[in-house]
Amino acid sequence: MKIIEAKNLIFEYIRRDAEGSVEGITRAVDEVDLDVEQGDFIAILGHNGSGKSTLAKHLNAILYPTEGTVWVDGKDTSQEKHLWDIRQTAGMVFQNPDNQIIGQVVEEDVGFGPENMGVPTGEIWKRVEESLRAVDMYEYRKKSPNRLSGGQKQRVSIAGVIAMHPKCIILDEPTAMLDPDGRREVLRAVRALNEAEGITVVLITHYMEEIIHADKAIVMDKGHIAMQGTPREIFSQVERLKELRLDVPQVTLLAYELKKNGLNLPDGILTCEELTEALCI
Amino acid sequence: MAIILDHVGYVYEKGTAMETCALKDISLVIPDGQFIGLIGHTGSGKSTLVQLLNGLAQPVSGTIYYNGEDINEPGYNKKKLRSQVGLVFQYPEHQLFEADVFSDVCFGPRNMGLDRKESELRAYTALKQVGLEDEYFYQSPFDLSGGQKRRVAIAGVLAMRPEVLILDEPTAGLDPKGRNEVLDLIASLREATGMTVILVSHSMEDVAKYVERIIVMNGGSVMQDDEPRRVFAHYEELERIGLAAPQVTYIMQELKKRGVPVRTDAITIEEARDEILRALGQQRPHG
Repeated sequence: MKIIEAKNLIFEYIRRDAEGSVEGITRAVDEVDLDVEQGDFIAILGHNGSGKSTLAKHLNAILYPTEGTVWVDGKDTSQEKHLWDIRQTAGMVFQNPDNQIIGQVVEEDVGFGPENMGVPTGEIWKRVEESLRAVDMYEYRKKSPNRLSGGQKQRVSIAGVIAMHPKCIILDEPTAMLDPDGRREVLRAVRALNEAEGITVVLITHYMEEIIHADKAIVMDKGHIAMQGTPREIFSQVERLKELRLDVPQVTLLAYELKKNGLNLPDGILTCEELTEALCI
Repeated sequence: MAIILDHVGYVYEKGTAMETCALKDISLVIPDGQFIGLIGHTGSGKSTLVQLLNGLAQPVSGTIYYNGEDINEPGYNKKKLRSQVGLVFQYPEHQLFEADVFSDVCFGPRNMGLDRKESELRAYTALKQVGLEDEYFYQSPFDLSGGQKRRVAIAGVLAMRPEVLILDEPTAGLDPKGRNEVLDLIASLREATGMTVILVSHSMEDVAKYVERIIVMNGGSVMQDDEPRRVFAHYEELERIGLAAPQVTYIMQELKKRGVPVRTDAITIEEARDEILRALGQQRPHG
């Protein structure tokens, strides 16, 4: 079943000067078609300014299309009556952990979403517990978010979203401000949600090594979808990715370089194990 | 002429229930012109260390000398110190505030008390050094792309003509090409000016290619201080403290374990490629 579908999605910003008169129009998303199946793990890549965050904001009705249509769980995002349903179906986690935590205590913060939805109190506590366990933050439930690390804060943000029981979670560069440890923690939590709970994941990132477990990767450029396919297919095209201001994981690049120098290796190697395996035959 | 830290310690919120020891007995010598990577995970003390170096925080014990003078002596000119030891914070573009790019870069030199003409001259040079085109000079800094904003913010510090440039995570949030551009820029600035550069980073891959010395911080202490190759040789130790060596280190180690006769100290893709080709060439002369 399709959880998210976009047809011919176009989004235009109107640029204004200091006096507020129109300077011009920027097309941030340009004729994008997108299908996301329930349970998928989708990664969206693209350089700064490629339109990937603008696209993501359409997936839970923070922005509406200028032209074209986006459906979330079959509901048209441009119709206001669906707004609450859509936000509950597709939750969003943003880049900066400090911008999205409001509670004084971790468990209060996670309870905010379901409480706002009118979930009965007993049920809220159940959801808070489940959500915090799902991201491995249950033991921190009585702590102040101020005293957590970046990775821990992001996991609390994710728990806050999953407490609303969404079918889909959209993460807009959730690891950009974290250290390697924090990045690992957050990714582990995201993968577990996808694999164990079957929640659809849309992960936007600049870090190439974060997407190797995705079912499908989409590369954005100038508002268009420039490439899409499995991570292996995407990473096989090293030169094309470089043109798009992106990169491949070090191991993929090393394999590519070795291949160029005459070694017989398969395309799109993604992990150290694959490369050593291929070299040691 | 150098920065010398002599048994420096730092404690946050001393005397309260929240007392936290951030730095323990740090002794370091940072000679002029060195290119250093300062690595450590969140909370390891690297940002505190950087703040001590330009006098934003004062050590609770020990002494910091800059060019032979104790920077925490009463009467030491800290304002001058801060223009000599330039600090580019994390997400420096959040600190842009002027109406146009050029005025923003002029702020530093103006604040040092330089006259208008000299300030503008320095701002112009700094913007040229970071490779920003003239056409952007009178635009609002907020209309620039992420990478451009960061260049402007770096130019703002360069315009003070620092002798030491410290950059805290200068590539955070940039796309891969942007990351390489900023790092290449820093390397070429150092080449051109001979400045001491301290690059604070989480990413071993980033620093491996550029720096000549890596200082690894953990729990407020210096855990390792050596050239990159030697630091990465202790990759298991790095992992224990939540860091990782570059991916190529793991590949080389794994290959060696499986009996391919490679040296394991390659730190860049190019070195790894040549080393693997060499090793396999020996094994299979025509392979």
